[in-house]
Amino acid sequence: MKHLLTTKELTREEAELILDVTEQMAEAVTGREVPKLPALRGRTVVNLFYEDSTRTRTSFETAAKRLSADVVNFAAKTSSVNKGESLRDTALTLQAMGADAVVIRHPAAGAPQRLTEWLDGAVLNAGDGTHAHPTQALLDAYTMRRRLGGIEGRTVAIVGDILHSRVARSNIWLLTKLGANVRLVGPPTLLPKDIDDWPVEIAYDLDASLKGVDAVMMLRVQHERQNAAFFPTANEYARLYGLDERRLALMPDHAIVMHPGPMNRGMEIAASVADSPRATITEQVTNGVWVRMAVLYLLLTNGESK
Amino acid sequence: MSDLLIKSADIVGRGRQDVLVRDGRVAEVGSVSAKDAEVVDADGLVLLPGLVDLHTHLREPGREDAETVLSGTRAAAKGGYTAVCAMANSYPVADTAGVVEQVAALGRAAGYADVQPIGAVSIGLEGKRLAEIGAMAQSAAQVRMFSDDGHCVHDPVLMRRALEYVKTFDGLIAQHAEEPRLTEGAQMNEGAVSAELGLPGWPSVAEEAIIARDVLLAEYTGARVHFCHVSTARSVAIIREAKARGANVTAEVCPHHLLLTDEAARSYDPVYKVNPPLRREADVAILRAALAEGVIDAVATDHAPHAPQDKECEWAAARPGMLGLETALSISVLALGGPSDVDWDVLAQRTSRTPARIAGLEAHGRDPQPGAEANFTLVDPSATWTVVPEGLASLSRNTPYAGMELPVTVQATFLRGRATVLNGKIEEEMSE
Repeated sequence: MKHLLTTKELTREEAELILDVTEQMAEAVTGREVPKLPALRGRTVVNLFYEDSTRTRTSFETAAKRLSADVVNFAAKTSSVNKGESLRDTALTLQAMGADAVVIRHPAAGAPQRLTEWLDGAVLNAGDGTHAHPTQALLDAYTMRRRLGGIEGRTVAIVGDILHSRVARSNIWLLTKLGANVRLVGPPTLLPKDIDDWPVEIAYDLDASLKGVDAVMMLRVQHERQNAAFFPTANEYARLYGLDERRLALMPDHAIVMHPGPMNRGMEIAASVADSPRATITEQVTNGVWVRMAVLYLLLTNGESK
Repeated sequence: MSDLLIKSADIVGRGRQDVLVRDGRVAEVGSVSAKDAEVVDADGLVLLPGLVDLHTHLREPGREDAETVLSGTRAAAKGGYTAVCAMANSYPVADTAGVVEQVAALGRAAGYADVQPIGAVSIGLEGKRLAEIGAMAQSAAQVRMFSDDGHCVHDPVLMRRALEYVKTFDGLIAQHAEEPRLTEGAQMNEGAVSAELGLPGWPSVAEEAIIARDVLLAEYTGARVHFCHVSTARSVAIIREAKARGANVTAEVCPHHLLLTDEAARSYDPVYKVNPPLRREADVAILRAALAEGVIDAVATDHAPHAPQDKECEWAAARPGMLGLETALSISVLALGGPSDVDWDVLAQRTSRTPARIAGLEAHGRDPQPGAEANFTLVDPSATWTVVPEGLASLSRNTPYAGMELPVTVQATFLRGRATVLNGKIEEEMSE
């Protein structure tokens, strides 16, 4: 692995290796007085965020610092989409400064892949447009592994705005690769066209789709989707696709509720469900740091110096 | 100028003959011997009427960093073209007599190909008020074809008025068929690949809906519509039905839609970003069949040069369009069966004669016969070449065919008997 751009390009072995190393990271750091490992001492990790995302940026920053890397936050308020400095010029600048890894979040799908053409260092995709968000999928898989004892043969429903979700796309490829059954649930307006070849079930009815699931993953619904008439009103969306207590009761007792955050309480998820013990939302955030440590470690050391 | 004798060229695939050219026109065809004539040995070469492009972006005035009339027409000559129709989306827009006359004059000064300006349908391509179509028609540029290309004339009332208005001088509207509401933010063909790549989709129905509407408007008004860059299988079906009913419509297809598919977008390299976008394999097959059959009347390049910074960026930030003039002939041959199976008469029809008739360029698209202007290209059907972006005559480098080996080379191009390309090389100093 030179870069981490998508989960689709990972082999099953690579994905499982990342999850195994994630577990080692969690064990190595948890309970320590100084939660730091020296693995990436002297290495420079640049956070290049073209979208506001305090959550993901902070998670990557924490992960890199726990591995003793130097972290630079490159303020990239505007992209060339907005007529700022071009992505290529920014890449050449980072290259000249000697970045060992660049963590990029960008509104344009494919921007991380373009970056690999201009940089020698490792590129980590922290979310590109509606394309991919591989570390989110990896932390979701790790959470399922911990909570459900494994992924093979488990059934996961991904609910909501699949069309605009990089989280959904990355989870589909990763979870099916790891042997899970994936159901996509949402209104047809929020499902991509021509996805008959995807290795998933597609359903429009949430109640029926909750039967027999081991995990349900609720996706955030952006408010602007309502203005663009993807669905009539927030109320109707919540009624048809929101996870409330009644629907929670339709799920098997062991099934968990996941959400990549940030949540719209009362929209795709009821507050009581979000705060229930079956929700893994804060756990996902914790696991996100371990996963990002594992990925940074594997990309920057080739897994050599443990 | 001394006489020109083209020796033993295969005339549009019909057999070898000599062509004697005097004062820019064909003097004699057959077995000709002429003293003092400059002889071009065309043994093994096919002579075609000079290619005519209905859809060229020359970028001048306004974006001379991407292309100029001079560099664009040099690229045209290199590709075997003797005439190009220059699209109106320059800066300023070609929506006045002044701009179209300037473009035509730049073409004459360059001397590499006849440049026929296309006028804008609406002022500033804004789709609101008709541009001074009559003034452009009556100008020295004698504009007959009007297009807001890059933008669809989506307002049905404006389209109706434009169609009615151009009837006064047997003009036509070249429509960029794209329902704008269905393509807001669109980046590539909507389908399985866009779903996976997370790039907003450009649905085929956005093209088909406008083509269907404009077929009906053409029939209703009795005016001529030409459809630019037809890219989908269902568009072909609509045009086929319309022609069967006798509607006055014509259509063009671009070389890239005859060869490439949306799979190319997986690279996220914007050299493959174009509007309308690359479609599916099934569309390519139908477009090829429709071109062979004549449902699609012409190959048009949509030659769209772009400066490096407009392509060396994120996909969404890149400008759509790709180079076409220097590769169109090769790809047309490929699409029509390859160099050994291509019907040269059909090729000449789709790349020269029909586009010349659509554009009203009477002196172009003529096979050699005494009295006709000597606008020809000589191609080597057995040669191949590899596309090297740096080796192209265009100022820009955004070819999607870099590194590809293509069939057929242009050995010579003649514009009114003067070689613009000879021995595969562009002649320097064409201006008179």
